[in-house]
Amino acid sequence: MFATALIVFRETLEAALFVGIVAAATRGLPGRGRWLSGGVALGVMGALGLAAGAEYIGAWADGIGQDLVNASILGVAFAMLAWHCIWVSTHGREMSRDARELGSSVSTGTRPPWALVVAVGLSVLREGAETVLFVAGLATGAQASAASMVPAAAIGIAGGSFLGLLIYLGLSRVKPHRLFQITNALILVLAAAIASQLAKALAQSGLVATWTSPIWDSSAVLATDSALGSLLHALAGYDAQPSGLQVLFYVGAVLLISAGTWLVRRGQLRQRPLPALQPIARA
Amino acid sequence: MFKTFTDKATTVALALLVAASGAFATDAPEVPIVIKNNRFEPAEVKVPANQRVKLIVHNQDASPEEFESRQLSREKIVPAGAKVSIFIGPLKPGRYEFWGEYHDATAKGVVIAE
Repeated sequence: MFATALIVFRETLEAALFVGIVAAATRGLPGRGRWLSGGVALGVMGALGLAAGAEYIGAWADGIGQDLVNASILGVAFAMLAWHCIWVSTHGREMSRDARELGSSVSTGTRPPWALVVAVGLSVLREGAETVLFVAGLATGAQASAASMVPAAAIGIAGGSFLGLLIYLGLSRVKPHRLFQITNALILVLAAAIASQLAKALAQSGLVATWTSPIWDSSAVLATDSALGSLLHALAGYDAQPSGLQVLFYVGAVLLISAGTWLVRRGQLRQRPLPALQPIARA
Repeated sequence: MFKTFTDKATTVALALLVAASGAFATDAPEVPIVIKNNRFEPAEVKVPANQRVKLIVHNQDASPEEFESRQLSREKIVPAGAKVSIFIGPLKPGRYEFWGEYHDATAKGVVIAE
């Protein structure tokens, strides 16, 4: 029973922390509760569908269907987070200025941040599908009765959600103009973690064959499956034995998002002083 | 015009995919592993070192399993009755433990690269 709760907890943790961070990052946005829960609900439905089709998907493409689906989900999630990071950091100054003027929490208008909603849904989808498969497997297995399995799974989900709530409450204490920098940094690191997982999925599927061996082993210092290691894995993509490709993807993701932010910001600065050039260029 | 371009792109993508899958099929020896009664058979899997290997894991149980290994940096769900491929290596000679996360009391194994 304890083992069941622990596995479900681990599967839930990553998505729960992510939802907590997004909830904090979008504090004060009108309709936030509605579209956040919508994203989670769509993710749960997708997870049920993915779990139901797991046997079919698993057999695709000579047994690497699951990796292909995972890699696609991770790829889209990464694109969403990268786009959000670049967009928010380039609008961040106006947003935090408005927030201070209003004397309230962050407010960006009425448009929901769709990129984040999609990323939330995908995160729940991926982690949820594994949880559903695991729990459904126990239900069909002979050794565990449904009577002990359901509460164990519930405890695991509650535990993961509790940590998500903790990170949300922690971030809620941060002042609005600071909150931005912190949640944006957290989302940047999450995006890098997703890029690293993408590298792993590609290596596992055999689609990529270079730099797939671990380049260091820090499991003696901090094992990935220890309590702190699991938390750091969920938050920042910590891996005690990362492959060269994972490190490359991780660093590449950070550089890509930073460069994107820099380019967009520079573009904005250039556009502003030269509005008179636009009609000439059009003619 | 656009159609020709998409056609070309599709052809190139397909050709690449075929070339890639052809390369994988030839250069990675296949090693079968069976999951039965929540155990791996064989529990000791010998593979050639310094070479990519394709593990073909066949779950013959009625419940899903997750093939997991920190040392190999792999985790993959093997649905009930399904056969999945997991590429590992190239490995240095040595022992690499793996386990089934959903039944880790019984499902234990080790890859021996030599």
